[in-house]
Amino acid sequence: MTAVLVLEDGRVFHGRSMGAVGETFGEAVFCTAMTGYQETLTDPSYHRQVVVMTAPHIGNTGINDEDDESRRIWVSGYVVRDPARIASNWRSRRAFADELADEGVVGICDVDTRAITRHLRERGAMRSGIFSGPAITGDLLAKVRAQPLMAGADLAGQVTTPRPYVVPALGRKRFGVVAIDLGVKSATLRHFAERGIEVRVLPSTATPAQVYASDPDGVFLSNGPGDPATVDLAVVHEVLRRGTPLFGICLGHEVVGRALGFDTYKLTYGHRGINLPVVDRATGKVEVTTHNHGFAIDMPTDAPVDTQYGFARASHLCLNDDVVEGLELVDRPVFGVQYHPEAAAGPHDATYLFDRFMRLLEGKRA
Amino acid sequence: MPKRTDLDSVLVIGSGPIVIGQAAEFDYSGTQACRVLREQGLRVILVNSNPATIMTDPDLADAVYIEPINAATVERIIGKERPSALLPTLGGQTALNTAVALAESGVLDKYDVELIGADLDAIRAGEDRERFKKIVTSVGAESARSVICASLPACVAGVESLGGYPVVVRPSFTMGGAGSGFANDEAGLLRIAANGIALSTTGEVLIEESIRGWKEYELELMRDKNDNVVVVCSIENVDPVGVHTGDSITVSPAMTLTDREYQRMRDIGIAVIREVGVDTGGCNIQFAVDPKDGRLIVIEMNPRVSRSSALASKATGFPIAKIAAKLAIGLTLDEITNDATRATPACFEPTLDYVVVKAPRFAFEKFPDVDASLSTTMKSVGEAMGIGRSFPEALQKALQSLEKSDAAFSWDGEPGEADALLAKAAIPTDGRINTVLRTFRAGATVADLYDATGIDPWFLDQILLINETADELAAAPELTPELLFRAKRRGFSDAQLGQLRARPAADVRALRHELGIRPVYKTVDTCAAEFAACTPYHYSSYDEETEVAPRTEPAVIVLGSGPNRIGQGIEFDYSCVHAVLALRDAGYRTILVNCNPETVSTDYDTSDRLYCEPLTVEHVLEVVAAEQAAGPVVGVLVQFGGQTPLGIADELEAAGVPILGTPPAAIRLAEDRGAFGRVLRDAALPTPEHGTAASFDEAKTIADRIGYPVLVRPSYVLGGRGMVIAYDESTLREFIARAKEVSPDHPVLVDRFLEDAVEIDVDALYDGHELYLGGVMEHIEEAGVHSGDSACVLPPITLPDTVIAKVRSSAEAIAAGVGVLGLINIQFALAGDVLHVIEANPRSSRTVPFVAKATSVPLAKAAARISLGATIAELRVEGMLPSVGDDGAMPPGSPVAVKEVTLPWSRFRTIADTAMTVELGPEMRSTGEVMGIDESFGAAFAKSQAAVSVPLPTSGRALVSVADRDIRAVLFAVRMLVDLGFAVVATRHTASALNRAGIRAVVVAGPAARSIAAGEIDLVISTHHAETGRQENLEIRAAAITHQVPCLTTVQALTAAVQGIASLGEPPTEIRSLQEYGQRLAAKRSGR
Ligand SMILES: Nc1ncnc2c1ncn2[C@@H]1O[C@H](COP(=O)(O)OP(=O)(O)O)[C@@H](O)[C@H]1O
Ligand SMILES: Nc1ncnc2c1ncn2[C@@H]1O[C@H](COP(=O)(O)OP(=O)(O)O)[C@@H](O)[C@H]1O
Ligand SMILES: [Mg+2]
Ligand SMILES: [Mg+2]
Repeated sequence: MTAVLVLEDGRVFHGRSMGAVGETFGEAVFCTAMTGYQETLTDPSYHRQVVVMTAPHIGNTGINDEDDESRRIWVSGYVVRDPARIASNWRSRRAFADELADEGVVGICDVDTRAITRHLRERGAMRSGIFSGPAITGDLLAKVRAQPLMAGADLAGQVTTPRPYVVPALGRKRFGVVAIDLGVKSATLRHFAERGIEVRVLPSTATPAQVYASDPDGVFLSNGPGDPATVDLAVVHEVLRRGTPLFGICLGHEVVGRALGFDTYKLTYGHRGINLPVVDRATGKVEVTTHNHGFAIDMPTDAPVDTQYGFARASHLCLNDDVVEGLELVDRPVFGVQYHPEAAAGPHDATYLFDRFMRLLEGKRA
Repeated sequence: MPKRTDLDSVLVIGSGPIVIGQAAEFDYSGTQACRVLREQGLRVILVNSNPATIMTDPDLADAVYIEPINAATVERIIGKERPSALLPTLGGQTALNTAVALAESGVLDKYDVELIGADLDAIRAGEDRERFKKIVTSVGAESARSVICASLPACVAGVESLGGYPVVVRPSFTMGGAGSGFANDEAGLLRIAANGIALSTTGEVLIEESIRGWKEYELELMRDKNDNVVVVCSIENVDPVGVHTGDSITVSPAMTLTDREYQRMRDIGIAVIREVGVDTGGCNIQFAVDPKDGRLIVIEMNPRVSRSSALASKATGFPIAKIAAKLAIGLTLDEITNDATRATPACFEPTLDYVVVKAPRFAFEKFPDVDASLSTTMKSVGEAMGIGRSFPEALQKALQSLEKSDAAFSWDGEPGEADALLAKAAIPTDGRINTVLRTFRAGATVADLYDATGIDPWFLDQILLINETADELAAAPELTPELLFRAKRRGFSDAQLGQLRARPAADVRALRHELGIRPVYKTVDTCAAEFAACTPYHYSSYDEETEVAPRTEPAVIVLGSGPNRIGQGIEFDYSCVHAVLALRDAGYRTILVNCNPETVSTDYDTSDRLYCEPLTVEHVLEVVAAEQAAGPVVGVLVQFGGQTPLGIADELEAAGVPILGTPPAAIRLAEDRGAFGRVLRDAALPTPEHGTAASFDEAKTIADRIGYPVLVRPSYVLGGRGMVIAYDESTLREFIARAKEVSPDHPVLVDRFLEDAVEIDVDALYDGHELYLGGVMEHIEEAGVHSGDSACVLPPITLPDTVIAKVRSSAEAIAAGVGVLGLINIQFALAGDVLHVIEANPRSSRTVPFVAKATSVPLAKAAARISLGATIAELRVEGMLPSVGDDGAMPPGSPVAVKEVTLPWSRFRTIADTAMTVELGPEMRSTGEVMGIDESFGAAFAKSQAAVSVPLPTSGRALVSVADRDIRAVLFAVRMLVDLGFAVVATRHTASALNRAGIRAVVVAGPAARSIAAGEIDLVISTHHAETGRQENLEIRAAAITHQVPCLTTVQALTAAVQGIASLGEPPTEIRSLQEYGQRLAAKRSGR
């Protein structure tokens, strides 16, 4: 069955239908990871995005019961050159294309994914739609252009947990942390649990009172979709004011930055991949890291900046384009990273950041 | 942190001659390293015995020593050059072992030379399998259970402790799996272990539990001095564990791993590189994964660049050797810019939006009795790389690139019976992948084939997809645009489509063009298009958008030589690279097409644009069309890549492609025997009497007319394939019976075999008016030993001026008669005083780099210029060629260069599990070559022998066993050996003959082979013909090869060796770089 990918600027790619049949919309972005499509599909940060995979063969290892990063697939559409016909892996339970269909994800395959990627690289991420079968009717471009923009999109509320829950520590409990779920990934929670942290996960709408109700040792702001400018800052301000240890990842990090008074801006096509070099400016060491962000913090990188909560400095930079990838407060136990130390998918080079958070919880400065 | 400032000069050790397991990839890595180090302002000193490499070009290093790579020689070079550092990680196992020897003997300390790239302890930790296993355990990973054994009884006990057979036996400090193998029972164990113990530098072997059938992977890692580590590439073997990675079809990136498993591998890899202590540079680590439960085992690591790192560099566009060299001198990954983007650093992990398949190239057809099953010992001689946007496309392109008639998938004939095919597919061999396809055709399922082969079901399903597409193509009433496009996306060539549709490939192409179905060209850019690419390194694919940039400057397309194989190796890559360099200098844009990932030519730094494509008419035509659309194309050069591009010149020309240099019509004149015969007749040049026979009777009539012995060969093969010398009628009958089909369409050629003839090889330039004789090589072995296998010397030692004059006039007549524009190679045989012409090749030859280095004249560069219209006179004025004269007669006192070859006997066994028959003949079997250069022939010959294996002995016991007909001829040489202080032992028959002639020789006690094995013999002389000689002689030679005792199999080699041994007794001449030889030659030339 034929399918088309229509981009907001009028460029159209013809291919074959994959997964569910119908129409879907989202911001077209590309992801350069060669492994971990299951993690990508289920990463809440991809909510409302049509994800173009640059790796040509996707689905080879099927879908298993262990690698989901959340309770469902979040990508709004999936663009693949060559989906696998069979699944081959001892952990595989279901075939890739069946999973897409079962979860109602509209996809397209047999398209020139490299051409799409080059287009998005030059023109920037943009609104798009995938249409297959009977949905290929009417003015498709008009439908795409009628969709809301990603800038200004408030999406965390759509992916967050409806009610609080607790992830127990593995082994002896050492600390209790409240995590605000803006679209949290299971790998992140696993990292906390492995370090003896019990995590109370609260919905994105949690109030400062709810956060402090359990008297947490620290607060975590998770990754998530959408424009950071739409996230309410009340909780962050309260945490910063109290000086509770605070760790933010991705959207969580952007939110910390905004609370400190920095602006966030939209990157042309974002960082989505698992091969990006980030330098830890304190040590000069480079980590190969997982990224999935379309926005970033606009802050000076040459010297610490005075903020309402003391001096803040850009702790990590992406070596490809000097985008700020991490920040920290000089005198308070607060830091955030724009990328994904929990990996999944991706390299484990940055897991030391969870240890850094542990040390903050232990009351020592990292 | 900037690069180190305390280093001013670096000694780089190359890898020596091309052998199985250590090939052109080290020329690529060494060349990159030399370039980088010089760019960084360091004085580079290079030692490598292999003249066919680019790395030994005088332009690449400040001082190039073409000398044997052994500790003694390298010490002399160190003493002379006093480098501040030694970089041993770019020259394979040879360089690593030499560096270890120099460090251990204290030479490095004595001369205050720092080992950079990897320290001694890291090398030992990586290479010592036992220590390595401890490291693996210490980082929390697993390796196969094993015991280390230094004796045969220990091996037997070891197997018991592991729980029985099968086991794998593996020696330490070897490469390419030399000496390793599966033992299924005690007999096998004893044989493999004995050999392994002999080959291992430590006299130990490892006996290991077998994990045959698991999935096999490789990671290429790099680490800098700040402990930044990146994984450059993952490689998955299609053939499961049990087939050496060098012999496996491999894929990049890994296709069947989840992220969890991949990251686990990455974590272990990084932990291992840290623990082993590879401080700067690259290493590769191999893993095995149990397909049942994901259990992960570390197989081994190599703390250096390797064959896989060359492949990984070409597969990703991330130049590992280049970066390794920079890291070695103190730069860090984040300080190095990624060439592909020029905007981002090299400290990242390349991501691929395409699939790369490497397929091995074997040469079993050269060794009729060889055991062709694949195992832990590497047997392939080369490889081809196919890049596509999908696995089927990449796989098909890789197979099409192998240049073997049965390598690409074929749907010809009936597939046969599924059960029999499944049984066949279970045994890994060259071409098993084709059996897999055939088995699908016969109706087998993915599950059936998975059970039989252990190949991952995902790969099998992709092959099934190819087969389903073929079924569809065969059944379709019409080749619709949609179906044709789909087939092209799955890698079907026009030829395959033609086969399936029963019409010529050209028709399919015409239809395809009519429908506008053309490939697009994508870019290898390290980043999956995330950033704009600056390296125009392209591959074709059937997709939507092409990336070939428009161009205004005129371009020349140079066709490469494809996968290395016996007969067409790195020498041709050398010529292609030189052609590119010369044309770049002359202001052209150069475009190179090749599919061999090992080579310098496929380095994106070499040409202005690089296309990784099979060298077939279809793919070349499409590249030409794409480039013609991009800008002006002057034409295509087919002379430099050996027989491969030459073979398609006709078709290219017919399709309207301008061929530069020697025109296809002239090529035909030289290649067609009848036409060439007329050229010779017109010039009144003698050639051995010959005839063409379509049956035994005809052959017998010819042989009776011209007289025995005769040389017989099929007319339709090249490279001395299937050539045999028939001394009598019965051998002739046998040959014709064995030759698959002899018919009027496939006749055999019968030539008068010239006995006791001196073979002469010539490389010359011709511009239509003037001949430039590049060099005249006198072969050591007589005619009848293929020119590619014979040692030779330049300038000739025994040829009188009259012969040289005749060689010159003949070469001129042939070049003019054929109509050459560029290079021509001619082989002559001097029998009595008649100079017979054996053959002429209107192209660059195997010997061009040797001649160029021996004479310090860039012949291939000059040829490229001549192809584009320059005259020899102009090149003389330019200074590319000497201002007067040529090297037909080199000035008196010129250095003497000897070429010697390496033969792969020790890597193979016969089907009957015995050693290979060691004998030189008219069929070429060598894989590589070395050069010895010195002031006298003896000294140069001695160096050449040291460079191919071990130095000639200067004293000790010589074992002599010669054929009756050779007795007279060897007497003088054997007497000389006695005079030089050798004790002579001989087989019974030879001993009595020697004694009769007054040479004291004792009869060897017991089987001679056993004496060799026991280390009692220092030199072996065995001249029997394998066919007629006794079993004893085969054993003698096999033992000599196994135990690395110099073994001389011809009278001529013995005579040369005696001169070599004599020279070793004299004080050595000063060790000189190629540059120094060149300067001396230039001075002599201007003085003449
Ligand atoms: N324990 C084993 N059981 C079965 N096959 C093995 C085992 N170890 C290695 N092999 C196979 O032998 C090949 C060569 O072994 P390796 O250790 O890589 O030696 P080399 O130094 O020659 O590369 C591997 O590529 C693998 O396929
Ligand atoms: N008539 C002959 N007499 C003796 N030796 C010959 C004769 N013809 C060929 N040879 C030997 O066979 C080798 C291969 O023959 P050649 O015609 O050069 O084939 P190729 O195309 O493989 O180079 C030569 O190098 C030479 O040693
Ligand atoms: Mg190996
Ligand atoms: Mg020849």
